[in-house]
Formats: sequence, C-alpha cells, structure tokens
Amino acid sequence: MANMVKLTINDAAVEAPAGMLLIDAAKLAGIEIPAFCYYEGMSLQAACRMCLVEIEKAPKLMAACVVPVTEGMVVKTESPAVVKARKTTLEFLLSNHPLDCPVCDKGGECELQDMVFKYGVQESRYTEVKYHVPEKQWSPVVFYDGPRCILCYRCVRVCGEGMGVGALGIVNRGVASEIAPSHGDHLECDECGACIDICPVGALTSGAYRYKTRPWEMEHVGTICTHCSNGCKTTLGVRNNEIVRGNNRDRSGLNGEFLCVKGRYAFDFNHHPERLQTPLLRVDGKLEEVSWARALQTVADKFKTSGKKGVVGSTRISNEEAYLLQKFARTALGTNNIDHHRSGDVVTLLDSLSGKTATLGTADDCYNAKAVLIVGADLSQQQPFLANQIRANFRHHKAGVYVVTTGAVREDKIAKGSARTTDSDWLTGLESLREKLKGESELLVLFGDSVKGEGVRKLVEFGESLGVPVKYICLVDYANSRGAMDMGLLPDLGPGYHAVEGEAGLTLPEMMAAPDLELLWVVGANPLRRHTLASSNAFVVVQDMFLTETAQRADVVLPVASAYEKNGTVTNVCGQVQRLKKAAETVGAKTDLTIIGLIARGMGVNLGKVDADAVFAEIQKTVRGYNVSLPVIVTGGAAQTMPVNGRVPATVLPELIQSSRDTLFTTGTLTRYSKILNEVLEAPGGLYR
Amino acid sequence: MKLYNPPSPLETKVVSKRFGMENSWKLDTYLATGGFEGFKKAMGMSSDEIINEVKASSLRGRGGAGFPTGMKWGFVPRNVDAPKYIVVNADESEPGTCKDRLLMEHDPFQMIEGILIAAKAVGASIGWIYIRGEYRYLVDHVDSVLKEAYQRGYMGKNIAGTGFDFELYTQIGAGAYECGEESALLESLEGKRGVPRIRPPFPAVSGAFQAPTVLNNVETFCAVPDILRNGGKWFADLGTPKNGGTRMVCLAGHVNRPGVYEVPLGMNAMYFIREIGGGMRGGKKMKALIPGGSSCPLLRADECDIAMDYDSMAKAGTMLGSGGMMVMDEDTDMVKVALRIMRFYKHESCGWCIPCREGTTWLQKMLARIVDGNGALRDVDLIGDLAKNMLGRTFCPLGDAAALPTISIVEKFRPEFEAYVAKNPFASSELVQVA
Repeated sequence: MANMVKLTINDAAVEAPAGMLLIDAAKLAGIEIPAFCYYEGMSLQAACRMCLVEIEKAPKLMAACVVPVTEGMVVKTESPAVVKARKTTLEFLLSNHPLDCPVCDKGGECELQDMVFKYGVQESRYTEVKYHVPEKQWSPVVFYDGPRCILCYRCVRVCGEGMGVGALGIVNRGVASEIAPSHGDHLECDECGACIDICPVGALTSGAYRYKTRPWEMEHVGTICTHCSNGCKTTLGVRNNEIVRGNNRDRSGLNGEFLCVKGRYAFDFNHHPERLQTPLLRVDGKLEEVSWARALQTVADKFKTSGKKGVVGSTRISNEEAYLLQKFARTALGTNNIDHHRSGDVVTLLDSLSGKTATLGTADDCYNAKAVLIVGADLSQQQPFLANQIRANFRHHKAGVYVVTTGAVREDKIAKGSARTTDSDWLTGLESLREKLKGESELLVLFGDSVKGEGVRKLVEFGESLGVPVKYICLVDYANSRGAMDMGLLPDLGPGYHAVEGEAGLTLPEMMAAPDLELLWVVGANPLRRHTLASSNAFVVVQDMFLTETAQRADVVLPVASAYEKNGTVTNVCGQVQRLKKAAETVGAKTDLTIIGLIARGMGVNLGKVDADAVFAEIQKTVRGYNVSLPVIVTGGAAQTMPVNGRVPATVLPELIQSSRDTLFTTGTLTRYSKILNEVLEAPGGLYR
Repeated sequence: MKLYNPPSPLETKVVSKRFGMENSWKLDTYLATGGFEGFKKAMGMSSDEIINEVKASSLRGRGGAGFPTGMKWGFVPRNVDAPKYIVVNADESEPGTCKDRLLMEHDPFQMIEGILIAAKAVGASIGWIYIRGEYRYLVDHVDSVLKEAYQRGYMGKNIAGTGFDFELYTQIGAGAYECGEESALLESLEGKRGVPRIRPPFPAVSGAFQAPTVLNNVETFCAVPDILRNGGKWFADLGTPKNGGTRMVCLAGHVNRPGVYEVPLGMNAMYFIREIGGGMRGGKKMKALIPGGSSCPLLRADECDIAMDYDSMAKAGTMLGSGGMMVMDEDTDMVKVALRIMRFYKHESCGWCIPCREGTTWLQKMLARIVDGNGALRDVDLIGDLAKNMLGRTFCPLGDAAALPTISIVEKFRPEFEAYVAKNPFASSELVQVA
C-alpha cells in the first residue's frame, strides 16, 4: 500500500495515496470533478479547464487533473468561484459549438450535452457569427466535423500513445485550431476508430454508423468479436434486427474500450447480400434451393450410409458447437477423422509445461508483466489487443519489450532489444537477447506459428534457462481457435487433450488427400481454399454463411447463423472463456448447434439436450480446465480456464500448424465479406509500424 | 548596423554602453571595452559564488515576469547525471518591445558572455538562442557573430584558454507569440507544436529535452557580464531596493522622441516621458499609458506619476512587463485600442485551452461590432465580464495577457464605449426576447 495522505474535499475528510491526482482522489471519495481532456491512462493536458477547483492557499483556481494530493490539502469543488468557472468555461465552449445536436450522431450520449445539462448556463450570451469550417472525410470510416470539436486532444493521444500510430495531430492555432491527419487530407492508420469512440462530442463520427439511428433507439448487446483470437468484447448496437454499430464504451470485458477495425466495423458481413438463407442441394449437378426438411433428411441419410468419413470443424463456432460436433462425430458417426485449421501449437506447449504451475499467460499479464518477449509474430497486425496491452504496459509500467521477428514490427519502437531472424532460426535471435532477458525479473513470452513441434520445447527450455519466472502465450488466429483445440476437434485428442479411444483419425491434409473418402462434413470452414479434395466422389456437406470455395463444391449447403446470432461461449488465445450473446437474426439461417441436433434427430441419435447452456454444463463437467465460474461468464466476464497440467499424449507434426498470418484488415472468409474492411485504405505497414 | 534613435544624456548605460561604437558587434571592439572580463572572473569562482553575485545584484528577469535571476539559476539541481542546457529567450514578441533585437544587433558578445557565465554557474555545456520567426534577418547576424566567436576561441572547446567548453546554436521560431512563454518556447525548440507545458516541473528542473535548463531573456543575460565584473552590489545600487540595475525601455506612441533608452529602475514614468521622450507630440495632453507591453493593464494619465520598477507597478495594479512603453494622447480612441489589442491576442492564442481560445475570439468580435457601430450597452458589460472569466483560468498567461488590458480599458474608459453604443440607433440594453 502506498503512503496515504489525508486531505479535505468539500469539508469531508478524504484519504488517498500520496501522489495521486486530485481528480482521481475525488473520484475515489465519490466526488465528481468534471473534465473533458483528462483521460485515465493518457498523458495530462490541463487544456479544457473544466476541472478547476479551489485549493486553500493557492492564488487562483487549480486544474485538479494535474495537481497531486498532499497532506492537509483543503479543496473545494463546489464553491461559488468553481461553479462560476465551470459555467463560464462551458459558455466559452458553446460559443463556437454548432449546437446541431438534433442531427448529431453523438446526441444523447454526448459528454458536452451532459456537462451543460449538469454544470452549464441556461442562457446564451453569444450573439456573434459562429466560426465554421466544412466537415472533412479522412477515410471511409472516419469523418471530422471541426466546429463540433472541443479540442480535448483525446483522439490525438489515443492514436499516438494508445495505438502507437500517431496518425493525428493539430493544425492552425487559436479558434481555427483543428485536428488533422498527419498525412494531410487522409488517414494512413489502423482505421481502428478509437479516435471516434473516445471523442466526447460528435466531432469524429463513424462512416459506418453516421446518420443511421439515434443512440437510444438501439439495443446494446455485449458479445465477443468473432474475428481474431484476442476475444475482445464488442457491444453491438442493434436496431430493427440490424447491427449498426460496434464499440465498447462501457469498458466491460477484458479489452476495456479497446477495439480494432474488425471489432468496431467488421460486423457488416452479417448483413452481406450474399448471406445464405436457404439450404442448397445439388440436383443434376447444380445447387438448388430446397427446404430445411429435405436438406436435413438427405444429410442424415448420407451420414448413415457413407463409408469413410471426414469432419472438418471451425475456429469460429462456439465451444458448445465444437464439443457437440466432435461428440457427434465420435459417437454417432464413429470416426476420429476430425480436425480443423490449426494456427498455433497449443498442444505441444501444454505438454512442455506439464507439471509446472503459473506458466500460462493471460491478457492481463501482457499489461502487467515486467518484461515481454515476442517471437515470430507481428503482434500489432495479428493480435491487436495483446499488442495494445503491451504498449500500455510499456507506457504505464516501463515494461521491457523484446522482439524476435522476421521483419520490422511496431513493437520495435518500444523494444529494449530486437532481433531479425528467419522463420526457422528464431532461436539464434533469442540467444542474442539472452543476457538482456536474464536481467529481467519475470518474462511473458508470446510466440507465433514459426515456433511449433520441437521448437516449442526448445523455447520452453530457453525460458527455463533464464532463471526467472516465465509465462507463455501460444498465439492462434481466430475467435475460437483455442476453443476448437480444447474441445477436441483433433484426430488424436478428445476434449481436454485426452487421448482418443481407439486409433487416431486422419488429419485435415490426410482427409483431403484420401482418395477413398466418401463423406466430407465441413462445419464453418473453407478447406478447399488451400487444399484440393482428392476424392472426387465424396459427398460434401457444408455448413456456412456464404457460398465459399468449399460450399461451391458441396452437395448440401446448410445456411448458418453467425457468431453474433447465437448464444454460447468462446475461448480466446489466452484460454479465457467468454460468453457470446445473440444480437440479431438472419431469416432462414440456423445455428450450427441446432443443425447438429437436427441431423442427429434425423439419424435417430440421442445427443441429450441440444441447447447452449446444457452443452456448456456438460463441458464444465467433462473438459479438463473448463470447470470455470459460471457467474463470471454469465455477467460478461472472462473466466480463465485451468491449465491442463499433465502430459498431452500427442506428437504434433509441424506442417499441421500454419497461421494465416493475417493483417489488421483480414481474417479469412468473414473479412472478405466485410464491405468496410475492403474499403479502408490498407496502410503500407512499414510507414507506421 | 544603425541605431534608430539618438541616445539621451539622461540614460544610465550598462547593457547599451557599446551602442553607437564603431563595429560594436565585433569581438575586437568587445574585448577592447572590458569584454570577457566577467567571464574570466567567473571562471575563478564556484557555482554558489556566481549565483550569489547575481542574487546580490537583485537582477530580475527582463522578459516580463520579473523573476529574480539568481534564484532561478539556484533552482537548477547540482548533482544530477543529466546534461544541462542554457536557452536564450530571444522571442521578443510582446507588442511594443524592441530592445532584444538592438542588444543582439549591437552588442551580441555581451549576451554570449552572459550565457557562458550562466553555463559556468549551473554546469551547462550546450545552449540555444531561440530567435522569433519575425527576426529572421537577425539569425544570420548572430550566426556570423557566433562564427567569429568560434574562430577566435571564444566558443567551443577551451574557451579563451580557460578550459571551459560550450556549444551555442541559434534556433529560429516560426512566428508565434505563444513561443515567448518559456515552456512553449522549449516545445518549439524541440521541434514540436508551440504550446505551453504543464508546470511544474519548471525548466530549471526539466526544460529542454527534459534536462535542467536555464532560460532567460536576452537582456537578462546581457546584464550578467557587468554584474560579474563590477560586483552585484554595484548593479543593485543603480536601481532601487529589490529592483536592481537598469533596464531598456522601448518608448513608443505620441511622444516627440520615441526610441529605446536605458534607464535605472525606479525612474519616474512621467519624468522619463517628459525628459527623455521629449514630452507629448504636438503639445497634446496625455490620455493613457501602456507601461510594459500590451499585456499590462493600462494606466490613465493621472496614474502615471509612478516609479518604473517591478514593485511600484504591481502596487498600481499593472506590470513593468517587457519594457514596451506606449504613450497615448488625448485623441486616442480607446475602444479601438482595446480592439487592436484583442485582435492581436485572438490571432496569437495558441488554441490549447478553452477560455483563451474562445474568449479572445468572442471579445474580438464584440469589440469589432461596437467599433462598427452595432454595439449595445449590455455588450460593454459583457466584455468586462468575459475578460474576467478568462482571467486566471487559462492554461498559460496568454489568457491573462488578453484579459488584463481589456478589463482595465473597459473600467477606466467606459464613457468611450458608451459613446459608441449611443450612436447605434438600434441598440437596446434589453436582451432580445424570443416569443
């Protein structure tokens, strides 16, 4: 506990840690000191002058956002002088503010409105002509309306300090000051939209959301982003069954208010015109629309009669769906031929760490670890939230950051040590940093897909040899990549990494290459984008949202609901379980869970109660590590799965692990159907890494 | 290099004593007239001895705020393992002020010697002269002087054979009044946007590039060599208690002999205007006085029988400021004066904080409207009120600088505003009622 000091705020005795800013100390004591420019975690500005308070013995009003508390300080936050100062500051602010609240996107959730409502003046004494400049569009998703801007510089800071991009600055001076992109008239950046969310007024607005709705006409559904593996909570604004906005202003979830371009904008695949809404059946060589009943019956019949079968699962379906899929495959279909696109070698990592405790890193560790080592991953491109955590860790805790990558990465800017290697000789890079790493008191290692198989064991050996506590995060690609493995979408391992009964099944490449495969069931994946199917006679059943390359080859295509249209859970890259909440619905589509249940019924197989909650209860009981706290998940929190802590009976062939090495603007099929992601200018990474 | 006005026999010449000499800006002239004696003396003194000598001189910052120089130097931490810097504030941008340019034109070595003495006192080895953007021509001049200093061994390694090393550079501003504020100057010096910093920490602790920095005005540095040469007491005795020495006053406006004159602190303002400035032009009566740059509250003629030192001016509710004295005669339109001053501050407000950014614009628009004949009585009250709402609430003193003269003009010359308003046939003191 830090040294506490005693002070008086509004005649109440308050205790706060020495050195804490007065504005925070007041907040601790339940006293609000209003401010626009003060923003937790960002550099101090003292520019808005809203937080002026009276401090005994000070010659004038002081900005509470830059004054640290001291012993015996006597503060008044509601004295007549303070109240008047606030009123007049707001009067000044409103003098050139357009007051176009009725057509402003921010109307209803605007901090300026709230401030004027609570602290402002009733009458406008301003009778001059207002200063005006036209609105500007900086990118397909970012618009800037200068006159509305109150110049709190939050956007400049979140972009520079938070994102490490620095795409925004200030031009002109005095009343003509405005925010401007550093590339002149347009943005070359992550297009993350953090600047829009952090804007207290309607100066920065979103190209995806503007003029679509009033905020109070939306329902707000907190669910988990379905793109990368970081598992950010995104609060979807839904109106008339249409998702119109994604943000996380309530800072719930492990990501706080952080979201990248995908979490904030790339929900629009959900309403893409090419979304499948009717089952398709191949009749005379052509896919035709048929009823659900006919499609399901065809599938059930084929499942009963086919010989050699293969099942390909997904990295995006929920844990419940993945669990039920493998259970169905292993029991009803009687096969271990089940696999999915594996993007990181979690299996070998868990095995190498067997017998050790506290060795699996979490998203919180990325923010709190004294030192972080990144091996073989362009974190700011592929794991944007973890990268953000590390940047914040550096900013707030001066964490030591070390990078071993094939090319330049954004983390180089904050790194204590960087090494450039090829995909195969990353160990040499590590060795070059050994002495520096030994000097750290603890270390968190994040590694990408170039570290796999025996490589993972070598990495763990290296970590052991440093003589400091080391934690690991095995980076994977997609929203439920980790869950797919935990749930046993693997030919040799069942749920919880137990060895399967009987012989191990075929891996994904083996299924594709098997000339005698009679049935291929693909649930939410697109293997034919990378592989070719050797068996030309195989009956192919595909469950997907779009007519992907695989679906085009299919004999039956079943339209499915997206992650935003279902309940369930997913597990992020760090093994944290979070809850999906249904935000919208697409007519004609069914969830994978329902479809599996219906096929089972068609086959006369009893899978028990097919319902997300019931399946999750079974997962809690049967899957190692998943006996997590239900209340944490139900209330929108992230529950850490327990480490497996025991040998994992599998040998992973390195060629099975292949990350897509996505960028900020791609994550497979879904992003191909996101209009916005395809519109934004993909910044030449090197410019701002 | 020419002088713009003939000197007056009533001046006390300390920093301007070489003005008018042939080649006064050359090193040989400087050395022949006692140059670098103060520096050589300082080389034999400890840090504390130098700082105490400056404290004894009661030299106060000549940029406008009047902070005691010796005390400022004393704030620089001694035993820190960081470089220390000297920065010269040559961003002379207070309207009515034009002394630093003369000092740099005519006697730049004096400033350089002052810098070296300060460097010795605090242990600095690098310095910058930050020259305002509008003085672009001066950069070439100062650079050529620096070149001579380097060539002759009075800058760089082993200065004048004393073993002391120092590097001095010039840096040009981009033309912003705000960059005369010390922390904004440092931001600009570092290549950033010229907006002020949160203080504390003050530059003495964390200044240029986060290192301890001594930052003083040109004239302040210029006074230092003679303080070292002749002793602090000698300098202090030239002025009045706590207001040591002489200072350059830039006399402008409706007087017979406008110009830059060096006078001891504490000289009576009316005496100065009458005897050195040659009295009012055309025999007119005096109406108002800006005592030290446009950011000072104005004085009415009847308030001007006052000693020109920091403390007397403060007692009269104004400031000695930067030495930019402007005299206005009876024909002066004070409403237009207020507008002219506000136009300047509106143009120069950096935009960082709300009250200054919005307040200066609003006030400028209202004053313009009154001058245009569209004012109402309530506007006059509003001007005073808005200016008071800016006062003391802004991030840096620029807001105060805009508010103070405005408040004083409205209070002291209110009838002139009322006369403007009375000429407006549509003026109403009532608020417009809507429905």
